[in-house]
Amino acid sequence: MNSIHDMGGMHGFGPIPLEEDEPVFHHDWEARAMALRMAMGAWGKWNLDAGRHANERLSPQQYLTLSYYERWITSLADLSVEAGLLSMDEIRTGKASGQHDLGRAPINAEGVLGVLRNGRPSSRAVDALPRFQIGDVVRAVNESPEGHTRLPRYARGRRGKVVLHHGGHLFPDTHAHFLGECPQHLYTIEFSSRDLWGSRANERDTVMIDLWDSYLEPA
Amino acid sequence: MSDSHHHDDDHHHDHHDHHHGSLTHSLLPSDPALRVKAMETLLTQKGLVDPDALDALIDAYQNRIGPQIGAKIVARSWHDPDFRAELLRDATKVIGDMGFTGLQGEHIVAVENTDEVHNVVVCTLCSCYPWSILGIPPAWYKSEAYRSRVVIDPRGVLSEFGLDIHPDKQVRVWDSTAEIRYLVIPQRSENTEELSVEQLASLVTRDSMVGTGLPKIMGELP
Repeated sequence: MNSIHDMGGMHGFGPIPLEEDEPVFHHDWEARAMALRMAMGAWGKWNLDAGRHANERLSPQQYLTLSYYERWITSLADLSVEAGLLSMDEIRTGKASGQHDLGRAPINAEGVLGVLRNGRPSSRAVDALPRFQIGDVVRAVNESPEGHTRLPRYARGRRGKVVLHHGGHLFPDTHAHFLGECPQHLYTIEFSSRDLWGSRANERDTVMIDLWDSYLEPA
Repeated sequence: MSDSHHHDDDHHHDHHDHHHGSLTHSLLPSDPALRVKAMETLLTQKGLVDPDALDALIDAYQNRIGPQIGAKIVARSWHDPDFRAELLRDATKVIGDMGFTGLQGEHIVAVENTDEVHNVVVCTLCSCYPWSILGIPPAWYKSEAYRSRVVIDPRGVLSEFGLDIHPDKQVRVWDSTAEIRYLVIPQRSENTEELSVEQLASLVTRDSMVGTGLPKIMGELP
């Protein structure tokens, strides 16, 4: 979806907010928000891509007003209601209507440490041969899907060169909407900064973007 | 880290202490602190989260999973050319063999800075970052300013970090749009031939592994 999260190339956000000796978390609530979001994800009611899409679905006004962890906790409420884990009434009152009926205990300390250790690899076997080879010149398609996509606006319609092939990876555009993993070949495409941004860019500079097979066409 | 004396956000955490003793607003937790507390209470009451799991997650990222892991990998790559070659060929396998792949570090590609090329990493669409080897991303990495600007004006952004890249050197910006996480291998600091791997690791900074900084130099060795 074309929204504010897709901010590559925008002007006006000011200098980089640098901080000496930055703590891992600035406030206890940031750490709690991170942990709540991760622990709730372990129910398997949504995946990483659906979680990212929940952040993107915040209105642009809200997205820019909320800090990073506020987005996490705000979209956690949305995800939990959509997944049927919480009711609107419970969100409004802040009181649980009773115990959940999922038939198992929530993930425990040992469980979350296992998740951190093992991760959730996104690589998948793909039957089709890769359409593109290293060195091929390709063009990123110029599409504006209303749902989740990982093709940034600034690359759409631009020509680039295939520099890496990562094998098959599940496809975020379907996965985020619970429409299946639909794995595709994933490549790194190198775009000239001049092609992306015009004559003010240094002629040597490039931007490398990881793009799925269906984001690309031969050029 | 108590929230009871703060009601601010990430960008303003320096100027509220003078409110102590007044009853204006400084005794109340900040609005996000209240909302997070409300969610935690609700989810715990409903039996949806185990408080021990939350504590374990926070402890892991607060105390164990951080840039010191990436620094070990980089130091070894400086010290051992065969390891470096393998790391550049298949970082996921090499880092997995060291026990450091994991959540948000399932697939890793290492890219090396050279005399000709400087690499820098961003995620313009959210804030993807190699958590399993660098820990929680710093606030600047997650900021709108960094995410929007480093792709269009990498040299301007790097100069704000104190890094001036010669115009003849190429800057490669890696926008992490998929689940591949990028580790920058910075150039080894000069005059470090005599150092052990452990000493080398102490020179490798977090920012140098994202591409927004350089490793410390010899005089800065602790």
